[in-house]
Amino acid sequence: MATTTTTTAVAAPRTPLLRRLGRPAQVAAVLVAWVVVWFPTHGTATLSLAPADLTPLHRWLNHVNDTVGANRNTSPIFLYFFNEIRAVIDGLVTFIQALISQEWFGRPVPLLGWLGVVAVVTYVSWVFGNWRVALLAAGGFVFFGLQGLWQESMDTFALTIAAVLISLLFGIPLGIWAGLSDRFNRLVTPVLDFMQTMPTFVYLAPLTLLFLIGPASAVIATLIYAMPPAIRLTAHGIRSVPPAAIEATDSLGATGWQRLTRVLLPLSRRTIVLGINQTIMAALSMVTIAALIDAPGLGQTVVQALQTLDVGTAFNAGLAIVVMAIVLDRVTTAASDRVRVAAPARRLRRLLVAGGGIAAVVCCYFSYTYVWAAEFPDGLDVGSALRRGADSVTTWAQNDLSGATAAFKNLVTSVLLNPLQALLVESPWWLVGAVAVGLAVLLGGVRAAVTTAICLGLIIGTGLWQDSMTTLAMTIVATVMVMVLGVVFGVWMGRNRHADRIIRPILDAGQTMPAFVYLVPFLALFAASRFTAIVAAVVFAAPVAIKIISDGVRGISATTVEAATAAGSSTWQMITKVQLPMSRQSLTLAANQGLIYVLSMVVVGGLVGAGALGYDVVAGFSQGSLYGKGLAAGVAIVLLGIMLDRIARAAQQSNKSKGH
Amino acid sequence: MTTETSSPVISVRELWKVFGQKAEQVPRSPDLCALSRRELIEQTGCTAAVREVSFDVAPGEVFVVMGLSGSGKSTLVRCLTRLVEPTTGEVVFEGEDILGADKKRLRDLRRRKFSMVFQHFGLLPYRQVVDNVAYGLEIRGTGRAERTRRAMEVIELVGLDGYEHSYPDQLSGGMQQRVGLARALAGDPDVLFFDEPFSALDPLIRRDMQNEVIRLHHEVGKTMVFITHDLSEALKLGDRILIMRDGKMIQCGTGADLVGAPADDYVRDFVRDVARSHVLTLRWIMRDQRADDELDGPELGPDVIVRDAVRAVLSSDRPVKVVKDGELLGVVGNEEILAVVAGVEAGV
Amino acid sequence: MTVIRTRRLAVAATATITALALTACGGAKVGATSSGGGSSAQAANCGTFNLAVNPWVGYEADAAVVAYVAEKNLGCKVTKKNLKEQISWQGFGTGEVDAVLENWGHPELVKQYIDEQKTAVDAGQTGNKGIIGWYVPPWMATQYPDITDWKNLNKYASMFKTSESGDKGQLLDGDPSYVTNDAALVKNLKLDFKVVEGGSETALIQSFRQAEAKKTPLLAYFYEPQWFLNEVKLVKVNLPPYTTGCDADPAKVACDYPPYDLNKVVSKKFADANGPAYKLVKAFNWTNEDQNSVARSIAVDKLTDDQAAKKWVDANPDKVKAWLAQG
Repeated sequence: MATTTTTTAVAAPRTPLLRRLGRPAQVAAVLVAWVVVWFPTHGTATLSLAPADLTPLHRWLNHVNDTVGANRNTSPIFLYFFNEIRAVIDGLVTFIQALISQEWFGRPVPLLGWLGVVAVVTYVSWVFGNWRVALLAAGGFVFFGLQGLWQESMDTFALTIAAVLISLLFGIPLGIWAGLSDRFNRLVTPVLDFMQTMPTFVYLAPLTLLFLIGPASAVIATLIYAMPPAIRLTAHGIRSVPPAAIEATDSLGATGWQRLTRVLLPLSRRTIVLGINQTIMAALSMVTIAALIDAPGLGQTVVQALQTLDVGTAFNAGLAIVVMAIVLDRVTTAASDRVRVAAPARRLRRLLVAGGGIAAVVCCYFSYTYVWAAEFPDGLDVGSALRRGADSVTTWAQNDLSGATAAFKNLVTSVLLNPLQALLVESPWWLVGAVAVGLAVLLGGVRAAVTTAICLGLIIGTGLWQDSMTTLAMTIVATVMVMVLGVVFGVWMGRNRHADRIIRPILDAGQTMPAFVYLVPFLALFAASRFTAIVAAVVFAAPVAIKIISDGVRGISATTVEAATAAGSSTWQMITKVQLPMSRQSLTLAANQGLIYVLSMVVVGGLVGAGALGYDVVAGFSQGSLYGKGLAAGVAIVLLGIMLDRIARAAQQSNKSKGH
Repeated sequence: MTTETSSPVISVRELWKVFGQKAEQVPRSPDLCALSRRELIEQTGCTAAVREVSFDVAPGEVFVVMGLSGSGKSTLVRCLTRLVEPTTGEVVFEGEDILGADKKRLRDLRRRKFSMVFQHFGLLPYRQVVDNVAYGLEIRGTGRAERTRRAMEVIELVGLDGYEHSYPDQLSGGMQQRVGLARALAGDPDVLFFDEPFSALDPLIRRDMQNEVIRLHHEVGKTMVFITHDLSEALKLGDRILIMRDGKMIQCGTGADLVGAPADDYVRDFVRDVARSHVLTLRWIMRDQRADDELDGPELGPDVIVRDAVRAVLSSDRPVKVVKDGELLGVVGNEEILAVVAGVEAGV
Repeated sequence: MTVIRTRRLAVAATATITALALTACGGAKVGATSSGGGSSAQAANCGTFNLAVNPWVGYEADAAVVAYVAEKNLGCKVTKKNLKEQISWQGFGTGEVDAVLENWGHPELVKQYIDEQKTAVDAGQTGNKGIIGWYVPPWMATQYPDITDWKNLNKYASMFKTSESGDKGQLLDGDPSYVTNDAALVKNLKLDFKVVEGGSETALIQSFRQAEAKKTPLLAYFYEPQWFLNEVKLVKVNLPPYTTGCDADPAKVACDYPPYDLNKVVSKKFADANGPAYKLVKAFNWTNEDQNSVARSIAVDKLTDDQAAKKWVDANPDKVKAWLAQG
């Protein structure tokens, strides 16, 4: 859930006794009270439900699902609505595939061979970005060929392009609307939260029912997850246009359309491009999931390699996804802050643009005509070296590290995870509810408390209270670990540009490398356990937190740092007394985002022994009779996400209103 | 300096702007009208930014609205072009009540008749100076060649030639505001509104810009409505000054009126540090002719500023006669002049 | 600076392009050499054959061989779709899947799609016998020979304790799409164990691999045929023997899993059309050894599906002939 909307914090009414204590003391008091009440009450009213048991709600959801399936071929909604959408999207994807990855109608190869694609990508990167990212793009795309994954990469690229195009086609107008209308913004925010936190597994099977197995379903599954950032950031951009510019335009008698096209859109361009960037990243993170409904591309390679636990092959394909993500990220980022060209250079540039265009067209022609430019040559192969390398690293880690890692797992599990889980799972539901609402009041205010109460009520309604609490315990432990890593690495990177430059690509890899690739070695290191799930979540979520914190530390004004240095601060004092307190805003944001990212890995956790909600979702995806329960579990994950997000956001707001 | 002339360009009558829910009830209810701003917020949650303001602006006049921050002056000027929609009242522009204008008409007025210069410039950072200046013309639909030609004219007029292909962020604050000024002038409007245009600038640059406005006023002779919180700026530029406080109009008159006859303690406090000799005219310090006055001294008009009369009065050994249209209004001697110059309260 | 650099870059690029243009034009042209694909044989009336591929290697082996024969011998255009069971069955109704080659029981899917919606029909057995049960790594069977009898499990329960099972022994379960009665079994056999949901086949295999390598204890749900058994010869624990009907009430199960005769399921439309591909699917039948050998080629020797299928087909021409003869 992005940083766009704001909720006004309402001052919390507190009891007079507590008022005299500081906020940390109040929180501590609530926690102590929890433990005290836990002892006599634990094990009662825990609302447990065995893995194979269902509630009436789950059965009803099953029934709805079955009914839809049974009526698919007769209902007019399908015949005239879903089928039409499917046809259009399928057509688009097939066309792009024919262009770059699959046989072009009647030709044995796509219209554009590798040379053409590399030329076009490089050219576009240069025109919209700069020559540096153009080189990166060229290198990255050639690398796919060298990995022996040209066609798979192009299939993935084609699906990503289709999903991103459709996301933007709808996302940007919706974002503009949300930027202009407060009412629409309020309406759309929870929907976007839902789209981003609802696990894909929950809607994957129904999607194939609505849009059949094939590109359409894969694209729609992807865009459900990928469109929200485009909407949020567009709205955010529109809202952040300086009022002075808008007023000046109005004073000149601009129409609404003129205001939009000449002021709002140009001035929010940077933010909108950032939204496009986020949408692309989100789309790429869906590649492996979409493979589960037969989407072609790199995801297939990863998923199939996983069946034989072939880490090397999975890693090779995963690396291609990472490279594609980094290329697309850098190109769109460069496009968003491209510097203006000074007047005299402009004519030259125009010349170069034309020349480059011609060169790209020539390359396209070659790749259309000649085999050597159409099919990537086999001779050069780095793929097998990469596979072997990954395999041997994995083997080494499994053999030589697993003793130490198992000990670490047992330590964290018994010291941190088990007590917390006992507290959450074995407490009566009303006790957990009271504590959660109390904490929400203290941290976020009345409004956050109301949201919390509603979310908890709905979680009870899903029938999965106990599983939710188990998942919550893991989520909290994972978030704590994310924040520890976030502070350590974030501060280091914020203070040291070299560290930043070296670590950043690793963080990008952590965010975009499909989890399926590293699940196998993790299973060897930590066994099938809740801790493995936590580690997987940390790998995915820590990069975000680290990036946010390092940006926060770097964002502290030079004057403040100078003043602290002048006062004779040591490095440690500088960090603890100046840099961390000053980036408190970023810390809260990092915790918030880290948490949301951790929650989005709950389902992956279900695949490696985490049980609870993640397992429920996976089971619902695998077995029709558990579908309703899986859906309910998905909703429970969304509710946990919304609840924690709203508390964190309200806490952030009330911190801000206190003015530090 | 023209003041009382034919029909006014803008005529504002009992203008109200209240923010909040059910804002329109406030001006209608005499009880609510009587409340102070703070009481109003407490009772209704509404904020009255502009309360029952009326004034006229004559053609060619520089009319200054002055007040401290929060006095409602910026809201007032926005009400005049309906950038902020007034709650009740009348704003008559060249005989037309613009509060009744529909969207299209209003847009037309903004495109052809008014233009505004803003405190924070409101320039479009992605456009070059020339395109920023031509922006208003572009919005009205003027062709590219024509608007560029016109833009270059105004750029020259405001002294920015050579910078037309720069981008706003490459210019200093003062130069950016010149761009804002040029943009406002480009459309050849009848009235220019200035909303604290120079308060974000350094003092030296501010002085330059004030002189620039005076020069432009001489050259193009537009009617101007100028908002400021700076009294010296108001006195320097304004033919007439309206002082606002808490949304209300406290006093409206020439600089000399304010200094010579403050309406209340608030205004008096305001003008206390003003160099009176720079503001007051002879009209304000002359005394009636006494029997012992020798009336063969020099003659001066009543609207001559004291500062400019000092030399004439002091160098003459007889009192100076204040004469208008051949009629003797009064006399000014060394004593009167020195009282003002030395800053002694004249006991008005 | 930038300008000059860009210009130099452009000059270099133009030069490269020109050079390429001069040298390249001699290359082979697209379409001149190959006629694309190898769909030679009889371009018969087989048409398109949509084959679901469920995510385990044994199935992949079935699919590889059937697809290979259908393409090479029948001239079908085979479209393989990588799908989970649930979605594959759903595909029968929407016409997107023609056949599922290895079905492990799945009574609820049978009920929904064969009995109620009538979009699918049974297409006979594959000849493979599916065995489900509890397994231990071979080192344990050697060291504790009596562990393969369920009655002794409680004796060893404390060995199986993990961070996940608390003070009980851990019984690791796998992918939730598989049939399991484990929770009921533990309860009804009064075992001092706790079922831990591994959540995936990957989790099971990797756990066994690590347990054998590190000689750590592990008791887990597993099944054969499975390629992994070629790598590590897991040993099955004997539960109380299966008798017909002993698993009728899922809550009261106290007996072993029944042996499964794995079968093929096809869409009603596909069966009714009775084309060559359907006849092949119906005739397809082989042994666990056959499947294991193809699965091994895929999983261990890293052959592609086609290569693995070719290897087996070339070695077993009479079996293939027999299938085709029936069709």
